[in-house]
Amino acid sequence: MAENGAQNELLVVSSSPHVKTRDTTQRLMGDVLIGLAPAAAAAGYLFGSRALMIMAASVGTAVLAEHLVSRMGHKRTTIGDLSAAVTGLLLAFNLPPSVPPWIPVIGSAVAILLVKALFGGLGGNFLNPALAARAILLAAWPVHMTAWIRPFDLVGTATPLATLVPKGVAGVPLPSYLDMFLGRIPGSLGETSALALLAGGLYLLWRRVIDWHTPVAFVGTVFVLTWLLGPDGIGTGDPLAHVLSGGLMLGALFMATDYVTSPVTPRGRLVMGLGCGLLTVLIRIYGAFPEGVSYSILIMNVATPLIDRWMTPRKFGMVKTA
Amino acid sequence: MTAKTFPGGIHPDYGKGPTAGKPVVRAAPPKTVVIPLHQHTGAPCEALVKAGDEVKMGQKIGDTGAFVSAPVHASVSGKVLAVEPRPHPAFGVSLAVVIESDGQDQLDPEIRPAGSLDTLDAAALRKVIREAGIVGMGGAAFPTAVKVAPPPNKKIDTVALNGAECEPYLTADHRVMLEQADDVVFGLRALMKACGAGQGLIAIEDNKPDAIEVIHKALGGAPDLQIIHLHTKYPQGSEKHLLKACLNREVPSGGLPLDVGVVVNNVATAAAVARAVRNGTPLYERVLTVTGGAVANPQNMLVRVGTSFGDLIEQCGGFAKPAGKVINGGPMMGIAQSSLDVPVTKGTSGILCLARGEVARDEAEACLKCGRCIDACPMYLMPLWISAYAERGKHEEAERLNALDCIECGCCSYVCPARRPLVQAIRLAKGEITARRRRQAQPAK
Ligand code: SF4
Ligand code: SF4
Repeated sequence: MAENGAQNELLVVSSSPHVKTRDTTQRLMGDVLIGLAPAAAAAGYLFGSRALMIMAASVGTAVLAEHLVSRMGHKRTTIGDLSAAVTGLLLAFNLPPSVPPWIPVIGSAVAILLVKALFGGLGGNFLNPALAARAILLAAWPVHMTAWIRPFDLVGTATPLATLVPKGVAGVPLPSYLDMFLGRIPGSLGETSALALLAGGLYLLWRRVIDWHTPVAFVGTVFVLTWLLGPDGIGTGDPLAHVLSGGLMLGALFMATDYVTSPVTPRGRLVMGLGCGLLTVLIRIYGAFPEGVSYSILIMNVATPLIDRWMTPRKFGMVKTA
Repeated sequence: MTAKTFPGGIHPDYGKGPTAGKPVVRAAPPKTVVIPLHQHTGAPCEALVKAGDEVKMGQKIGDTGAFVSAPVHASVSGKVLAVEPRPHPAFGVSLAVVIESDGQDQLDPEIRPAGSLDTLDAAALRKVIREAGIVGMGGAAFPTAVKVAPPPNKKIDTVALNGAECEPYLTADHRVMLEQADDVVFGLRALMKACGAGQGLIAIEDNKPDAIEVIHKALGGAPDLQIIHLHTKYPQGSEKHLLKACLNREVPSGGLPLDVGVVVNNVATAAAVARAVRNGTPLYERVLTVTGGAVANPQNMLVRVGTSFGDLIEQCGGFAKPAGKVINGGPMMGIAQSSLDVPVTKGTSGILCLARGEVARDEAEACLKCGRCIDACPMYLMPLWISAYAERGKHEEAERLNALDCIECGCCSYVCPARRPLVQAIRLAKGEITARRRRQAQPAK
């Protein structure tokens, strides 16, 4: 028992449960980075070294800013949870490939310092940091933020979405579905290749990092509504082109599914997807901008606390007492 | 037959492999036992013996007149050394009777068979169960005689035996079902008669196919007895979730299984009832599992109440690796001990010794709002909001979100990637809420 006596001092006495899942914040965010990797590779392939530079500048600034925020609060650095790296990469994905490198630097700084840290850090922010930063950049530097280039030859052009929506520029032919699927179209850095995004999204679904509710509801709503609300009356739309163009895949799989800024229950996430889809279509077809994905997600971010309040699960035992 | 279950819950690592296949071994007779006078939910017993008294094995040494209570019995024959406060594995400290064994294990001559199941009526059976000091052996240790005595306005139609054993690592109930199947079935019949129920069922998780088979045989095709396969999931053995899965009856919020006409008992409890009826044996020994990565030779053991944790660990070869945590019960709901010098009680289903590497390190990070705690909660609560309110002392808000319905299963804390102490915070809030309700109820009197 003498040995046990020495042992006693070293016993941890903490409250149950005494075992935990292996999943940690770091593991989940690491999985998101893996899920984003195919699209990052596609961006490098399509837009070359400038894409890599933008991604590096954006991720680097985000991580640095996160580190500084922790330091200023005299807290342990939170860069290890990888959420800052995810924000940086998502911001890069939402920028035109032609932007000068200071744009992602400012954008990431805004995303982390303003949108995230000012609201109390991870979990406190109600807007998706990458999307909010993009909206601010668009307002401040509209020219830089709407200068699109073609993949490979990097020549200036309009996006297919500009052709697709009623108020768009006429005369530019719509690319083939295959080009749109593979990503050989102009657009934001990480949004063009539906293939790469789907591969990463399926990985996240398989790893159960995200569930299907938001992406399926989002894409499904856009598909149905753009088909219904076609240019020549009910049922004359081109839903496939709508689904494959713009930021829809990126938004539905990686942005509207952001834990912090989306509802916490499965039913709430369904509402999130439906709302995002509806708003995207309304903005694309009737709004002033060709693209509506990021604004619709931001609007639904704001609505998330309300959705969470309505979509409470029915608790066990809410039965009539006999 | 397809396995039944409930929505929510988790699939932790079960860790039952090292002991599931090992027959129960009888632990070495203890030299001294420390028998707490408080081993059940309800009022503690008063000592019926004093220092210097000679006692026999099975002799009643503590009792009380309170309704919700169960007497305690000596687990050895010998001399009472002291009646004094001693460390308790669930309540911190409790008055205990310390007995030095004479090594004879002389049975109390008062102990004799109660009679046959046909001749004993419900009231007589309840008396046998009470006098034998039987309590729920799954952990909560609620007095069984109280459970089977429903208020006159409630009709019990079913007795359910809980053989789910959903707590990881523990295999004691599994072994009891395999090795004492006839006792389990006999106990079920006795419990049915004690509360006037017409049907009985035994629910077993499908990770114990051998137990399902053995119990199935022991039931012998009786039309009023049924075996139910449960899907292996934690907390399948929670009374409410057991009944949801087996009978699709949902216990109302704030209610008991009684409210849906059922009494739930653990399989080991049923076996103890059988021995009390057949032989008059009181509950002074039980089967438990000594296991975990730190233990050299994990085993299922038949152990006298009052044996110290340290003794049993020694008998299992001691620690092969430095222990980080020693737990009374399983890893999900068990209680961590600060010392090995605590006694086994009637409610001790296992002694789990986690090695240092197995101990979860909790450094809470910010809530991600990932919603995993909600998906996992078997009561469909919102642990993230309840705990957030609780942490800020907003207990009314926590109450509005039904904090009191929490069964403290720990699923939410288990799944949280940010390692937030969710059930811990909710437990505190529940304490505050009930304390305030009690305060508010006072002036009304
Ligand atoms: S599981 Fe943890 S991180 Fe996720 S919502 Fe619940 S409390 Fe927050
Ligand atoms: S809130 Fe309570 S009932 Fe729900 S998972 Fe957590 S501990 Fe279990």
